[in-house]
Amino acid sequence: MKILEVSGLSKTFNLHILHNKKIEALKNIDFSMEEGEIIGLTGKSGSGKSSLMKCIYRTYLASTGTILYHSDKGKKDLVQASDHEMIELRKTEITYCSQFLSVIPRVTAIDVVCENLFRVEKNKEIARAKAREILAYLGLAEELWDAFPATFSGGEQQRINLARAVLGNPKFLLIDEPTASLDAKTKEAVIRLILNLKKQGSSVICISHDDYTIDQLVDRNIEMQNGTIVSIQSNPKKENS
Amino acid sequence: MIRNDDNWLLRVRNLTKIYGAYNEQTVARTGPEFNSNICPDNGSIVACADINFDLYPGEVLGIVGESGSGKSTIVKLLYFDLEKTNGEAFLKPYENDTLNILDESNQKKKFIRNNLMGMVYQNPRDGLNFNFSSGGNIGEKLIMSGNMHVGNIRNRATELLSKTEVPVQRLDDLPAFFSGGMQQRVQISKAIANNPPLLFLDEVTTGLDVSVQAKVLDLIREMQQELGIAMIVVSHDLSVIRMLTDRTMVMKNGRIVESGLTDQILQDPQHEYAQLLVSSLL
Repeated sequence: MKILEVSGLSKTFNLHILHNKKIEALKNIDFSMEEGEIIGLTGKSGSGKSSLMKCIYRTYLASTGTILYHSDKGKKDLVQASDHEMIELRKTEITYCSQFLSVIPRVTAIDVVCENLFRVEKNKEIARAKAREILAYLGLAEELWDAFPATFSGGEQQRINLARAVLGNPKFLLIDEPTASLDAKTKEAVIRLILNLKKQGSSVICISHDDYTIDQLVDRNIEMQNGTIVSIQSNPKKENS
Repeated sequence: MIRNDDNWLLRVRNLTKIYGAYNEQTVARTGPEFNSNICPDNGSIVACADINFDLYPGEVLGIVGESGSGKSTIVKLLYFDLEKTNGEAFLKPYENDTLNILDESNQKKKFIRNNLMGMVYQNPRDGLNFNFSSGGNIGEKLIMSGNMHVGNIRNRATELLSKTEVPVQRLDDLPAFFSGGMQQRVQISKAIANNPPLLFLDEVTTGLDVSVQAKVLDLIREMQQELGIAMIVVSHDLSVIRMLTDRTMVMKNGRIVESGLTDQILQDPQHEYAQLLVSSLL
């Protein structure tokens, strides 16, 4: 079963306040992905990886093309879906883990992680227990759990960000650079966490510059250059195992 | 984008407010493309025109734009503080969701306002009666929505004040003796006293110092999470919009120039004015 079908997708930024300067970020992107698959996105900085991910999450509005997503409630074109439908999908099925943590200030790490879960789980302590479990697994020092993440180090923020995205086993997960700025041991934990999600049926798109992460994690890899896809290859290391 | 989804809470169509004598060309000859909301023919002022949107239960909608762009006009029209020139608004929990609430009798409007809506103004003097104690203000709203038991009213007022971190022993003090942040929190208590499904917030943190601002915003966010109230948040402060809202409408010269998910508006604004607004963020 397919979960995502992207076709003819392009994105051009039209900057009115810079004398209508146009920047082509994505050109004619086509690919599809199966349910339960992990797809890697690689390529140089500025090749359009994050733009593609943001188009799927609708943080960027695609200029042309379609992004068909097979949700539990039927097919949706994420380019055309109404804002309300997107909000519902974000609450229930699609989560996004950005490169940089942007959190609401004055909320403790535990509650940041629980943010989405609080909407469905009215008993806050049950939600917090789940968050503690993930944070412990990712090796975040316990004394930080009830501190404010705005002051955390890069690696600590990254783990908060990831924990927030994976809590509640989303159906479809978009992750931007999950293992950058992490040490080898934590990196291994993150990889296992994502593989575990896959086992439970999640589909994942993951951007990474790290060859080891890509080798361990992905089923297929999409390489990008200048806003286009140059190759889609299945991962030989995954096929053997 | 407007869909005919059926579980909306508030539906607004073609809402228009014009001050002064106008003609049929007035709306067409004003707006962002003319960079003016004053009609060149007759000098009438188009505060807002052709406003369309749906709000869903539990959703938080932001309205941003420069001063005079019509943000507050929209919520004041919907809260019946102003009389509309044109347009319709429908409210799902009201007795008949095909009735235009803007055309209802004053008595019905009062019922809707007291039972189904709450409003927090920028200036606490607009939302609170300064001749009543803080508890009395909350009680007023409760009495209006049919709670007559004094003991229950007092208990509810106490509960709300402690929830909004106003010292409960000041229940019987006049709001005039409160600090600005406390007045604002009493106003919020009053607005949510009867658990309305819909809350309007009009520049609620403007004019407060940053630490008090933070407290008021945290309170609103927590309440929203806990009670699941749908909100319309009017603000010219993009940080407030980012922190509180799911969706945002950008206004200029009385028109909505762009609407979308809040992160999309902030990271990929399409309209020229929206781009200018976001690039002005400090």
